[in-house]
Amino acid sequence: MERKRLTFREWLRGGDPGIWLTAGTVSFSLIMVFGLLFLIMVEGMGHFWPKSLVRFQMLDATVSDRFSLGEIVDRETVTADQVRSAGIEVAEGQELVDRTLLKTGNRDVDGFDFYWFLDDHIQSRDFPLEVFTAEREEWGNFYGTALGIEQGGKAITMLENGLWTQINIRLDRKRTIKKRIKQIEKKEMGGVNYRLERLRLRLRKLEMASVPLSDNRYSEIKLERNELDTLYASLSGELSALYKKIDRDVLVAETINGNLLRLPFSTLVNVFQPNKMSLLDKVSHYFMKMAEFILDEPREANTEGGVFPAIFGTVMMVLLMSVIVTPFGVIAAIYLHEYAYQGKVTRIIRIAVNNLAGVPSIVYGVFGLGFFVYIVGGSIDKLLFPALLPAPTFGTPGLLWSSLTLALLTVPVVIVATEEGLSRIPKNIREGSLALGATKAETLWRTVLPMATPAMITGLILAVARAAGEVAPLMMVGVVKLAPSLPLDGNFPYLHLDQKFMHLGFHIYDVGFQSPNVEAARPLVYATSLLLIVIIVVLNLTAIVVRNRLRDKYDGIDT
Amino acid sequence: MQNSLLITEENRRFEKFRLLKDRIFSYVMGLGGVAVIAAITLIFVFLFYSVFPLFTEATVGDAKYYAHESSDDILYLALEEYAEIGLKVKSSSGYEFFDTSSGDSLLTGKILSENTSSLTAFARGDLRSRVLLLGTSNGYVRVLRPDYAISYPNDLRKITPTMTSLFDPVLVDDSFAPIRLIAGQSVEDETTIVTVSSDADVSILGLSVESSFLEEEVSVSIERSDLNFEGKTISQVAVDVEQRNLYVLFSDGMLELYDVTDKTAPSLIDRVKAATGGAKVTTFEFLSGGLSIIIGDTAGNLSQWFPVRDKDNIYSLVRIREFAPMEGSVTTIAAEYDRKGFAVGDSAGNFAIYHATAEQRVYFGVREGSVASFMSMSPRADAVIFGLSDPDRKIGIFEVYNEHPEVSFSALWNSVWYESRQEPLFIWQSSASNNDFEPKFSLTPLAYGTLKATFYSMLFAIPLAVLGAIYTAYFMTPRMRAVVKPSLEIMAALPTVILGFLAGLWLAPLLEEKLPGFTLALLVMPLLVILAAYLWNRIPESWKRFNLEGWEALVLVPVLGLAAWLSLIMGDFIQVTFFNGSLTHWMSTEMGITYDQRNSLVVGMAIGFAVIPTIFSISEDAVFGVPRSLTMGSLALGATAWQTALRVVLLTASPGIFSAIMIGMGRAVGETMIVLMATGNTPIMDLNIFEGFRALSANIAVEMPEAEVASTHYRILFLAALVLFLVTFMVNTIAEVVRQRLREKYSSL
Repeated sequence: MERKRLTFREWLRGGDPGIWLTAGTVSFSLIMVFGLLFLIMVEGMGHFWPKSLVRFQMLDATVSDRFSLGEIVDRETVTADQVRSAGIEVAEGQELVDRTLLKTGNRDVDGFDFYWFLDDHIQSRDFPLEVFTAEREEWGNFYGTALGIEQGGKAITMLENGLWTQINIRLDRKRTIKKRIKQIEKKEMGGVNYRLERLRLRLRKLEMASVPLSDNRYSEIKLERNELDTLYASLSGELSALYKKIDRDVLVAETINGNLLRLPFSTLVNVFQPNKMSLLDKVSHYFMKMAEFILDEPREANTEGGVFPAIFGTVMMVLLMSVIVTPFGVIAAIYLHEYAYQGKVTRIIRIAVNNLAGVPSIVYGVFGLGFFVYIVGGSIDKLLFPALLPAPTFGTPGLLWSSLTLALLTVPVVIVATEEGLSRIPKNIREGSLALGATKAETLWRTVLPMATPAMITGLILAVARAAGEVAPLMMVGVVKLAPSLPLDGNFPYLHLDQKFMHLGFHIYDVGFQSPNVEAARPLVYATSLLLIVIIVVLNLTAIVVRNRLRDKYDGIDT
Repeated sequence: MQNSLLITEENRRFEKFRLLKDRIFSYVMGLGGVAVIAAITLIFVFLFYSVFPLFTEATVGDAKYYAHESSDDILYLALEEYAEIGLKVKSSSGYEFFDTSSGDSLLTGKILSENTSSLTAFARGDLRSRVLLLGTSNGYVRVLRPDYAISYPNDLRKITPTMTSLFDPVLVDDSFAPIRLIAGQSVEDETTIVTVSSDADVSILGLSVESSFLEEEVSVSIERSDLNFEGKTISQVAVDVEQRNLYVLFSDGMLELYDVTDKTAPSLIDRVKAATGGAKVTTFEFLSGGLSIIIGDTAGNLSQWFPVRDKDNIYSLVRIREFAPMEGSVTTIAAEYDRKGFAVGDSAGNFAIYHATAEQRVYFGVREGSVASFMSMSPRADAVIFGLSDPDRKIGIFEVYNEHPEVSFSALWNSVWYESRQEPLFIWQSSASNNDFEPKFSLTPLAYGTLKATFYSMLFAIPLAVLGAIYTAYFMTPRMRAVVKPSLEIMAALPTVILGFLAGLWLAPLLEEKLPGFTLALLVMPLLVILAAYLWNRIPESWKRFNLEGWEALVLVPVLGLAAWLSLIMGDFIQVTFFNGSLTHWMSTEMGITYDQRNSLVVGMAIGFAVIPTIFSISEDAVFGVPRSLTMGSLALGATAWQTALRVVLLTASPGIFSAIMIGMGRAVGETMIVLMATGNTPIMDLNIFEGFRALSANIAVEMPEAEVASTHYRILFLAALVLFLVTFMVNTIAEVVRQRLREKYSSL
């Protein structure tokens, strides 16, 4: 069909621009969503890539600051006035200046680890092969050149080629010792301490019950305590020996401007020469760093290292929450849909339950703190742990209360999803079962509930996805920035419901906003965000797939 | 094979078991279901239960009386921290500590050693300093302080009272004239004493203690000056705890305020008429902290006054507020130690407790018709000790239960004239380091912050979400819709902590740097969209390989990308050329508009982003659900697609869109992490889009972990949570009801 050419005015009146504008809003929203995901992905994934070290040679500088070495972080163009107002000289008449942000590391030497360099001040830039990056337990990264190794205070001589082999051998040795130290400190000594604490409690209980001192339970406790003390002494002996051992080797290095620095191997986490790495090396380094991020514990006030405790805490909390929320949510849904009289009251309850999903999560946090922690927890302490008072056991924020609070927060999600599933089950199936003589309970248990399982699972997955991303209520009922131990360990009763835990979402808030060196921590926050998003998007997609399958399955039966 | 028609014993038992199982099942379900629903209701009940004590009135216990020898006048009564020990100072120059439960005397002592003089004037210093000042008939001043040593023999609290004399008796002047009135303070090494000897002769003494380390002796240096008010009669003098302000009250009701920072040169600050109408001022008393005074008069009026500094740094004494009057003449006022509360007794035998900041009377009652001549509150404000005037002449004590006097409607929502402020203000400032701090619990700036966040986020979200929903449901091809809708819905699941982090650390600095570009984009993007549409229309039909209808949104993605890129480039150019490189800097220096990096615009965009999927998804459902017959009819009658969308589809779906907006608004109101991370969290009230705010939700998140359990602050945070709960619950309910109505309407069409 041949359409008539419209004049601009006719075209405007025809409404086409309106359609295009509304289309524009969709495009804009899509750009925002995918742009955001893309941003987080790039920043988060890029964090693990070993970055080349660039060397700037500065114009008219003294010997002590002629060179600068580091990773390029950012580049921008600013007006000369802005730079001048910061007290940096710029040539007269120049309007715009380019500058480069370099992560120069060496915070212990320079006092800063990020610096903006004006491109006009840089004489030349190159990528020297011999320089290395050292990730350290503290003070952030070190960038410089390796000179040699000292063992027990004496420099050891070796071939130039052998230096890096030696460094890697000694790094491995350090890692082995470190692993053993960690095992002793966390597992073995932690276990002894835990048992000592329980002994102290038993003693306190005896005293509170005013058992006479002649009772042989006292001597039992004493005996056991002596045993533990000996064990502890032997462990701490081994520990101090290990600490002596780990301090043996020192890496002698110099900064790009020739400052000599002695880096004990005990403080080094990882040492590598990015400019010498082949693509393959870089890829393997990339995956090694990624594994470290997922499996290691955080260092340096959470701004370096991994997020394993946060992942573990999030998963534990969500699992516990699922255990609580599933039965209760399902029972409430079955009651509302199958047993309750379908009158006005049920309708109001249904609306109320629906609306509770929209109540701000912070309100649940306040409720959790006031009711669960202070009232329920306080009562539990008084009844079950009087020996520990006034130190609270359950009367303080912890894992159990967090899970309960989030269970309450997500129970409407499970109820709504389950009810939807129940209402989708064709009536004739129910009636068939009843007609064959089954009781209502049997009908529900044998036919209706199995068919509604996918709906329940959908509800649960949605609840988990919501819970995994909630932070505000958790800040009140149990999350901490750094938990000394995991809530699950080898000490009886293995699962410590009263413990505080770490959480991915809170980790993002804490590292991004409460840490002293935000600039250095930023890549880690992006990586953590990416991890959290991946978890949540995967959970949501699963829910959607399950829901669609369920629909396909029963749409056929319906007719 | 068994005959199934035959009902055997075994069969019957089995049937019974099945029925039992069925019944148990239904009970379990009923119980569980009701329990879950009850647990959910518990939230509301518990929040209300926690807030309720804020709005209960104070109560007092029954009075307990102690006999008192009738010939001796009571000058002073006080209680220590635990209200276990009482102190009375009598005009016959003695003091007595007594046990408040038994009334037994614990320690008595004489204040004056010789009988050549008698006590003629008495005053107490700041309540927390416990200092007492006494003037004698022969012109001497004594400064005393009761001390209470606490020890725990056998795990039981034992309080031992002692009376310490801070100085040797101080002679005011050589005339040995009797001291008629006295006032003063002694804090650490600085002491101020003000005496009135005859009708109108005032002496001001400043005593500084200098202790040298080498010798263990202390020397006292005295500064002094005198004031004379010929022809007037002074009825009360008082010095504040900072020892800077001297209040002099005359019998004609005039009140004068002097600056006595320099004890040798007092200077008049202001002179006001303190009493109103024909009433005469009977007494005045400092509130805790010594910043303001409460004046009581013969008509029972009570008013609060404090010096207010104006723009030119000149102080004047201002009547800040009036309180509900007493029935009779005010006889005695007793201030609380830490809070800004005070108790009042009147000549009709009434007793009342007020709170100054909250501007309310929290208790009013009759004390058996007897008139209190003197009254003191215990340090924890949980008991009052009082002395009755003739003819009873008894001492009494009663307990006070007054947990949350600071809270009244006006304290929470109105502007309040706080101490040392120039005017009534809305302030939220819940805690400070010092004890006599006046807590400022105005929820208004917080609610304002919440509304501001909601407003800007809705401004961002509504057009995008609603227009997007109309397009997606009505114009978009089903194939694209199947992808677009779930992707936007997944966006709803993005944790807000991530959005907050991006808003605070990525968007906020970017926006500060590229503000002109962002502003331009508002203009460039729609223009470019329309241009693209027009160009597409101008392309001859024969050139077109595809039918774009329904795919516009996809085509526009690169167009919008181009528009954004163009605007940023142009923005940078404009910024460099006209605004010296930084628009934000230019705005604050040239226009006086404050620009915070983390501001409402950032928050608006971030929360807007968070609520777009909610609004989009629900409105899309509503638009999609509009019956085909309606749109077909409209099109058949010759309306264009756009006219149909606007006049038929949008109108029919408007209740659904309304409910979508309401639900989105509920989300925005309660959003916590984004406002916490992307604003400065300062509780200011300003509409400026470039300034931050503090929202109710963020305030709870910040302050709740530190609030002391069951304190007023804790309960007010609960109140904030209750407000959030009620608002969102109501908004959601309205939305839900509207949506259900709509669903019924659709099904009938």
